[in-house]
Amino acid sequence: MNQTDFSQMGPVQKLGHRSIMLAVHLGSVVLFFGQVLRALVMPRYRVRRFVNDCFDAGVLSLPIICLSGLTVGAVLGLQGYYNLARFGAEGSLGAVVGLSLVRELGPVLTALLFTGRAASATAAEIASMVTTEQLDGLRMMSIDPLDFVVSPKLLAMVAVIPLLNALFICFAIFGGYLVGVSYLGLDGGQYISSLEGAVDLENDISGSVLKSVVFGLLVATVATYRGYTSEPTAAGVSAATTSTVVIGSVCVLLSDYVITALWGV
Amino acid sequence: MQASPVRDLVVGLFVLGGLAALAYLTFQVGGLSYRVPGGLTLYAAFDDIGSLKVRAPVSISGVKVGQVAAIGLEPVLMQARVELDLDPNLELPIDTWARIRTSGVLGDQFVALDPGAEEDTLTSGETIEATESAISLEGLIGKFVNDADLEGDD
Amino acid sequence: MDGHPGAGAEFRIVFDGVHLTRGRRSVFSGLSCGFVRGEITVVLGGSGAGKSTLLRLIGGLIRPDSGSVRIGRRDVARLSQREIFEQREMIGMLFQGGALLDSMTIFENVALPLLEHTDLAPQDVAEEVSRRLAAVGLPGTEELYPRQLSGGMARRAALARAIVTDPEILLCDEPFSGLDPVNVRRIESLLVELNQRLGLTMLVTSHHLESTLRMAGRIVFLTEGVAVYGTPREILASEEPEIVEFLAAEGRAPASELLGDERAEGAP
Repeated sequence: MNQTDFSQMGPVQKLGHRSIMLAVHLGSVVLFFGQVLRALVMPRYRVRRFVNDCFDAGVLSLPIICLSGLTVGAVLGLQGYYNLARFGAEGSLGAVVGLSLVRELGPVLTALLFTGRAASATAAEIASMVTTEQLDGLRMMSIDPLDFVVSPKLLAMVAVIPLLNALFICFAIFGGYLVGVSYLGLDGGQYISSLEGAVDLENDISGSVLKSVVFGLLVATVATYRGYTSEPTAAGVSAATTSTVVIGSVCVLLSDYVITALWGV
Repeated sequence: MQASPVRDLVVGLFVLGGLAALAYLTFQVGGLSYRVPGGLTLYAAFDDIGSLKVRAPVSISGVKVGQVAAIGLEPVLMQARVELDLDPNLELPIDTWARIRTSGVLGDQFVALDPGAEEDTLTSGETIEATESAISLEGLIGKFVNDADLEGDD
Repeated sequence: MDGHPGAGAEFRIVFDGVHLTRGRRSVFSGLSCGFVRGEITVVLGGSGAGKSTLLRLIGGLIRPDSGSVRIGRRDVARLSQREIFEQREMIGMLFQGGALLDSMTIFENVALPLLEHTDLAPQDVAEEVSRRLAAVGLPGTEELYPRQLSGGMARRAALARAIVTDPEILLCDEPFSGLDPVNVRRIESLLVELNQRLGLTMLVTSHHLESTLRMAGRIVFLTEGVAVYGTPREILASEEPEIVEFLAAEGRAPASELLGDERAEGAP
């Protein structure tokens, strides 16, 4: 493919060129994802790698997820209380905290934190494997790197995100509880019962799980794709990492809007 | 990667923890628990259910014993027909009252059951006869204003 | 210099009229050369001349724009992905820097081709692995991780991995780069030993002129997108300007002085 000379193009041509490049790019992402899926369908028994990838993606994300959960819940508790107290409706604090968490803050914040920590680490790891020719080494041993390296990582990330989401929400509910009950003097039972009364399974909880799975798929695909297709240089590793965080975050926020609008969650 | 039992254990614990959190949210918070096969399902008809929603709690003396499963329109008498999923261990006499009440001033509405004194108890599928509709705020205010008017005209 | 292998020998790998461009740069423009079965052929050339690319073409990691790359009868450039995967089972490749998987132990790295492609019992696998590690001078390193090994040791472990399935062809990409003279000699004698003992067809890319002259049965010199091909004697006697320049830059005097001179010179 010949290099195109940007300096010779007018602005309209540049726009057209960029749009075509974007479409081509999206197409190759879809192809990539398809190949990864196909690798999953012909499963190799490599549980060890999968477990390790779950450790890297999930367990190592626990500190930030739990800490952020607690603090977000505490902030929600404080903010919610001050606003509800104006109407004398402090009793609904549990409901307010719970609903905002389950529907939006839980899945979105979990996904964003995950992107910054686990997804960028995965992209960097895969990209540095490209740089040190480890992936080519696998190919020369007739082992498909998509099957051996990428699939377990992608699968692990998708499996782990809904669990992290649930943990985030629980920690945040607890954070709100601590603030509301211990600090602001609400009745603990009322907090819990207003929470349980407001949050339901069909709409809220299932919507939350759905969102976190979709976010997980998007983020995992972006991370593994950017890592896998990175330039085999140190600059390439860095570019893979930063673009994973940027693109992954944007994907999460955009798809959040789409799902909320379609699903009505 | 060597076989590291510690690592495996940690991952296992993480998965269990996550599933437990998910289960808590699903069952406790989301309220999956009351619909059990062989559970106690009762019906109640109201003239006005106000803003009662599906999944609203059903309680006795303030203790949650079930939830509203479905709300429909009873075509003959044009009344609201509410289906209640209740704790199977409940024994409610046939003259139990079902009232729609509001929790707090701005709170959501729920169904309060007031057990009666009869010996015979309701079985699954039966209807609670004694019901009291939701109190509408406008109706109360209107009534208050009317009474005040009447008294004021002296 | 016509490069015909001479009586009794045959080409195992043949490049014919290969063209390859990368971006705007033309890497090969009509490259033709051959690699003799059972011999060590060293691929020489300046940086960016395409030495690594040549190996990658043989391995099927890259496809040429035109021309053919034949191993025996099969043209690698025309094979499907699956056929290329099968083809690679007879090829072992030693990458620059080793390219061992850093998340796995040395044992797991060397055993990987066996685990993936054979049904050997675990104890047989362990035996093969320790035999190879001993052959490259790394006995007992099974439980270490690549980062715990020095550059030279990692290179040798990667060599063990490359030969663990008894391939017929061994490709070595700059096996001497970044090593001190002692390790260079070590790897060089390992490669020569493997070639003599196992009759492997070996391709080695290198900058390193002394080792080249010592071990090469034949030399392929890459210049301007094509190859100049011949025995070390022929190459040294060549009047091609690139070759003369290359040899001069390496501090080399004309042929007659060198052949027969066994002393290792200083240039790294």
